[in-house]
Amino acid sequence: MEMDLANRIASHPKYQELKAKRSSFGWILTALMMIVYYGFILLVAFNKEFLSQKLGAGVMTMGMPIGLGVIVFTIVITGIYVRRANSEFDDLTEEIKKAVTK
Amino acid sequence: MKRSNQLLALLGLLTASAGVFAAGADLGQAEKQATNWTAIIMFGAFVAATMFITKWAAAKTKSAADFYTGGGGITGFQNGLAIAGDYMSAASFLGISAAVMASGFDGLIYSIGFLVGWPVVTFLMAERLRNLGKFTFADVAAFRFSQTPIRMFAASGTLVVVAFYLIAQMVGAGQLIKLLFGLEYYIAVVIVGALMMVYVLFGGMTATTWVQIIKACLLLGGASFMAFMVLVQFGFSPEAMFAKAVEIKTGLASAAGKTPEEAAKAGSSIMGPGSFVKDPISAISFGMALMFGTAGLPHILMRFFTVPNAKEARKSVLWATTWIGYFYILTFIIGFGAIAFVLTNPQFLDAKGGLIGGGNMAAIHLANAVGGNVFLGFISAVAFATILAVVAGLTLSGASAVSHDIYATVIKKGKADSASELKVSRWTTIALGIIAVTLGIAFEKQNIAFMVSLAFAIAASANFPVLFMSVLWKNCTTRGAVIGGFLGLISSVLLTVLSASVWEAVLGNAKGSAPFPYTSPALFSMTIGFVGIWLFSILDNSERAKIDRAGFLAQQVRSETGIGASSASGH
Repeated sequence: MEMDLANRIASHPKYQELKAKRSSFGWILTALMMIVYYGFILLVAFNKEFLSQKLGAGVMTMGMPIGLGVIVFTIVITGIYVRRANSEFDDLTEEIKKAVTK
Repeated sequence: MKRSNQLLALLGLLTASAGVFAAGADLGQAEKQATNWTAIIMFGAFVAATMFITKWAAAKTKSAADFYTGGGGITGFQNGLAIAGDYMSAASFLGISAAVMASGFDGLIYSIGFLVGWPVVTFLMAERLRNLGKFTFADVAAFRFSQTPIRMFAASGTLVVVAFYLIAQMVGAGQLIKLLFGLEYYIAVVIVGALMMVYVLFGGMTATTWVQIIKACLLLGGASFMAFMVLVQFGFSPEAMFAKAVEIKTGLASAAGKTPEEAAKAGSSIMGPGSFVKDPISAISFGMALMFGTAGLPHILMRFFTVPNAKEARKSVLWATTWIGYFYILTFIIGFGAIAFVLTNPQFLDAKGGLIGGGNMAAIHLANAVGGNVFLGFISAVAFATILAVVAGLTLSGASAVSHDIYATVIKKGKADSASELKVSRWTTIALGIIAVTLGIAFEKQNIAFMVSLAFAIAASANFPVLFMSVLWKNCTTRGAVIGGFLGLISSVLLTVLSASVWEAVLGNAKGSAPFPYTSPALFSMTIGFVGIWLFSILDNSERAKIDRAGFLAQQVRSETGIGASSASGH
């Protein structure tokens, strides 16, 4: 890509908006995923009793829904990002493309 | 030291299950079973179908671009299935269900580790890779840098990861097929090597993708059926399934001579965390290797160049994450099903009360218990197909590193024509096939349990930091990336050699003598990689460093918007 096209895009306000929005959204979700996963690992390492604690009269423990919850959370959080990126971020990208290539 | 040995033993078993079937010790001892004709016929049908696809794909594989990316016409949904097919190995199917059968909840902790890397890939890598790259992840890492050094690094990172992963897969294939089909070890290894060569050689990425898609569908279908049959028995009540499993584990413990309280404790232990995580540093380090290693595996990264644009790249990861997550939930149910229907059924037990064929046979015996002989044959054939698909993806990625990164870019300075590049990738495929078969046979009796975790650790400590810093950090320079990347690579290998899984289990030193006390090097080697890149970049005042930094803006614009990105098929 020629430098002047890159410069033109880089100085476009919509580009600044796209970059800021995507970067903060991506980092927030990454941080959430790390907190959930490493939180789970630390719980396993330091508070086994909590996860082994019975939920009701039967054998079901706290750990089971939490563990399966981490799996579901992983899928859902990926879905949330892809949904926003494929609509809002891609729309912004299209606008930028139109603005700079006409 | 006893405590950490227990952890090591479990980790050993589990890493084995990881990408491979690496429980060399476990499977190595397994006796050859009677020839299983149902399984062989079903596998024959799979091979016939994939050969047909390869023939069709071969007609479409005319240029180097077709070979690397299948022409770029793969949809996000198809690519998501193919990524899942690349990632879900026979070992994670058999090994994780076996781990769940043995220790319940701990098996779940392990499978979660293999899933959590995917969101990170999505948020930070997938679309940027698609926007910057063409054929290999080195295209991305080398975007604004001096080509030769960074390509040499990326090719080394790719080939080392591929080599360890491939050896583990080949040895696993030999052991598994000996077990399931009753064929000799070396025959199995040669069959896997030959078929994989045919797929990649003639059909390139198109054939590899479809082999992976078919395998993913068969594996997900088979595992879904098993989980469904288990749940039906319990009226779809997880509580009933868990209660039965606890009852059986309690019964087994008291039959082994435990007092009633001890037996009850042993029974309910499968419902919570046990010995998997004793030492928090090892746990975090291992978790980091899995999480960031996923974002640095060359054969997975390569799949993002097969889709037409960033939107489809994102859809691919979402589908892949969904299928892989679903698959781990299935293996969890299958593991509990195995406790209920396999552990107490004398048909599946040997004289000592262990599983016939070894611990990793849990899912295979369960297939027999819920679906009879025909379904057993089906699952065995699927397990074989699974290894083939993973091996084909690895070989393709290794061949691309040699032909695209080393031959076309470093040797020919980007002036290689498509035909000669294609020729080089095909010769490399043949060479890799022969090397894989040779190493597979050479490593038959070795303890290779460390190899998959090492592949993940290298991917997390070398490939991932270089990709991450080159794409996101303005001041990163060629020198910094290459030195830091190699430091990450070398330190992850070195620390693995100094850890118990190699120092004691492979080199035969005394128990407890390993100089590196943790199970995974990633926490340390990733830090070394990142700090190395940072330090050698900021100290870099060369002329090249100025060019590297000046190139960041154009790279960032393209990575964010995709303007100027190569269409996947284009040149």
